[in-house]
Amino acid sequence: MQRSRFVFSGSGGQGVITAAIILAEAAVLHENLNAVQTQVYGAEARGGSTRSDVIISDSEIFFPKVTQPNVLVCLTQESYNKFSRILRPGGLLITDTRYVRTSRTVDAVQKQLPMYESALDKIGNPIVFNICMLGAVTELSKVVKLESLRKILEERVPPAFLEMNRRALDIGAELARKSEA
Amino acid sequence: MGGNLKFVQGNEACVEGALYAGLDFFAGYPITPSTEIAELLASRLPKTGAKFIQMEDEIASICALIGASLTGCKVMTATSGPGFSLIQEGLGYAIMAEIPCVIVNVQRGGPSTGIPTRVHQGDVNQARWGTHGDHAIVALTASNHQDVFAMTVEAFNIAETYRTPVVLLFDEVIGHMRERLVLPEHGEIAMVERLKTSVKEGVDYHPYLPREDGRLPMSDFGGVHRYNVTGLYHDMWGFPSDDSDVVDGLLRHLMDKIENQAAHFPKYREFYTEDADCLFISYGSAARSARHVVERRRRLGERFGLLELQTLWPFPHDIVKEKTAGARYIVVVEMNTGQICQSVRLAVSRPERVFLANRIDGVLITPTDIQRVIRLIYGKGF
Amino acid sequence: MPVKDYIRERFFPHIWCSGCGHGTVLNVLIRVIERLGLNKSDIVIVSGIGCSSRIAGYLDFHTMHTLHGRALAFATGIKLNRPELNVIVPMGDGDALAIGGNHFIHAARRNIDITAIVMNNRIYGMTGGQYSPLSGYGIFASTAPYSSVDQSFDVAELAAAAGATFVARSTTYHVNEAAQMIQKAILHKGFSVVEIMSQCPTYFGRKNRQGDAVDMLKYMRDTTTPIGSGAKGQNPELIERGVFVNKELPEYCSAYDEVIRHAMEGR
Repeated sequence: MQRSRFVFSGSGGQGVITAAIILAEAAVLHENLNAVQTQVYGAEARGGSTRSDVIISDSEIFFPKVTQPNVLVCLTQESYNKFSRILRPGGLLITDTRYVRTSRTVDAVQKQLPMYESALDKIGNPIVFNICMLGAVTELSKVVKLESLRKILEERVPPAFLEMNRRALDIGAELARKSEA
Repeated sequence: MGGNLKFVQGNEACVEGALYAGLDFFAGYPITPSTEIAELLASRLPKTGAKFIQMEDEIASICALIGASLTGCKVMTATSGPGFSLIQEGLGYAIMAEIPCVIVNVQRGGPSTGIPTRVHQGDVNQARWGTHGDHAIVALTASNHQDVFAMTVEAFNIAETYRTPVVLLFDEVIGHMRERLVLPEHGEIAMVERLKTSVKEGVDYHPYLPREDGRLPMSDFGGVHRYNVTGLYHDMWGFPSDDSDVVDGLLRHLMDKIENQAAHFPKYREFYTEDADCLFISYGSAARSARHVVERRRRLGERFGLLELQTLWPFPHDIVKEKTAGARYIVVVEMNTGQICQSVRLAVSRPERVFLANRIDGVLITPTDIQRVIRLIYGKGF
Repeated sequence: MPVKDYIRERFFPHIWCSGCGHGTVLNVLIRVIERLGLNKSDIVIVSGIGCSSRIAGYLDFHTMHTLHGRALAFATGIKLNRPELNVIVPMGDGDALAIGGNHFIHAARRNIDITAIVMNNRIYGMTGGQYSPLSGYGIFASTAPYSSVDQSFDVAELAAAAGATFVARSTTYHVNEAAQMIQKAILHKGFSVVEIMSQCPTYFGRKNRQGDAVDMLKYMRDTTTPIGSGAKGQNPELIERGVFVNKELPEYCSAYDEVIRHAMEGR
């Protein structure tokens, strides 16, 4: 397989890092792939910009950071402005319509998806915004199966919130499918 | 492998290693980027009846460890730069009183409070010489989580074998990065348990009289043998002494038991060292970047190799000398201003062949950074 | 058992100056342990650095002579892992309350079942007579040649405020009372502090013109009074002796056993 490099960016509290971990964990635990996940830590747990890198590969991964992602996710305008230029030519850029206005055309497949709004409208709780985003990323990047992510959700999410997370994942995947049509 | 496969941070791999080795007691103080180790152990230890305590500072943490170790416990603390500075006092005591303990330092940027959330490897020489006085020390490191686990177990084994503190020098990237870890089955890694004295109750027990093999059998506090432990130079009963023969003999014993055994425990990994024209020497997270470059160069048919050090102290002088013998260039890749590079220059036959590829801005050194140094050495064609 | 069964005769004579109060504390401690009938192998003495700390080596128990000020931290590691042992920590005033002040208040706050004995001679003896946090204002010392402008701690008040559940004070003049205080402290379940005012004729006495050891003992007799005595009302300068605090709170090791129980039940 091709080595896949993801950069998830946004602001603290959006669940960007959690989403990155779930993706990488699904690759390792349920698809027998290698993955590394790193993140840039700041002093703040909420607010401030965050970035998490994930590399997924069927061979050993040495340098764990991503310099040129195949897949870039930006959930804030600030992170879009900061990171859009590092995307590998021909890569995939996923932004959220509520938070990000894309300004320039890059050599990439650009997907502007209403992930936040959909999570709010259909589930009524923006807390699963990140899982909705993960559904879209998974569907578009096709590196791991949605089923593997569902298994991770079952392992990590408390039972009371599991259904909400499952639905968010499906909603994100559905948004992605519609955008491909 | 099912339940044995995990996707974890390096800090958690260290926790798993410590629990596998039979950790009985952890004392610590919160500090980034090591805190996850304390948090996980606060939850995991009491589940097995073992104990966790958050002390008032790192000085107290190392002291509590030493006390607990004397009662027969396997003990560990975890910290980072500023806390490691505070630990030096107790570290010296553990060396002098020969108390087994494991000290994890997940390195961040220094000096002082430095840069708490970013990576550096600036504590390498502090691990060696941070506490005052002449002494020997063991320090281990690792570049991936499987090795973090293995080195943590190894640290306990060395601590128990030689009755010495062992420092695990990880770094922020390794501590926080997540990757796969396969937990070994019990019995898969050999474990060294503490050597207890066979001296019977009522017979004179000399806590500080080494056996012929240099080892000192211990007796737990609370057991049948009552003896004294001190940070002063002491005789075979552990009683303070300023007799010059006692002082000389004890310091030589403390040095020799580690330095003379150096050949027994250097751990390292090597990749394409046999025919390397350019040999990288690296450790910790920096070694991942070096390996990245080596693999890429080898695919192009170029003779690059890597010697990844896992034992940093005692410095594996002989290994470095042997492995670098055939190389035209040696490039030390590390994230400080050349702390291991210095030791490498002392070990190799022609120190002018040794170059440093480093980064000291809190960012993990990249393959591109290393390529830049290679280009300087080999010229434009690279 | 005769007293000499509790000491390591091999290591005598001790290092203390003639007239020093620390030998009296050693004597009192041995008598208390003998009276309580404690098994020698059930006792751990942990000391720090200074004249006072040498008490550990002379006693035939499990003994640990540690770092300056850190004895309570070492003792915490021992006690938490072997709660059945009697852990006694003799400390000097500088040891306990200057360099070890942080460990002192936190050990008190945790209420871990350790007996702390502060041998207070108001001076650093081993290094040659420098002022300590208990010397107080107007005291002469080698580092206070024009007299000290530092105010002192009140050990009993500090220990009580920090959460110690047993706090008492006596002197090396009042040996029977001191023995009672130490006995109660050892039997108390929780962190207990006994301040024993002790004389250092070599440095404190000489620099502050208090005379020889006998004069200093008499001085302690004359400047102290039992808690609540009428004398205190007439002369508020008198230092009170007796038990200041004696209360029950959850003891740390027992409390942690509860943590283990919860963790094992998967809560």
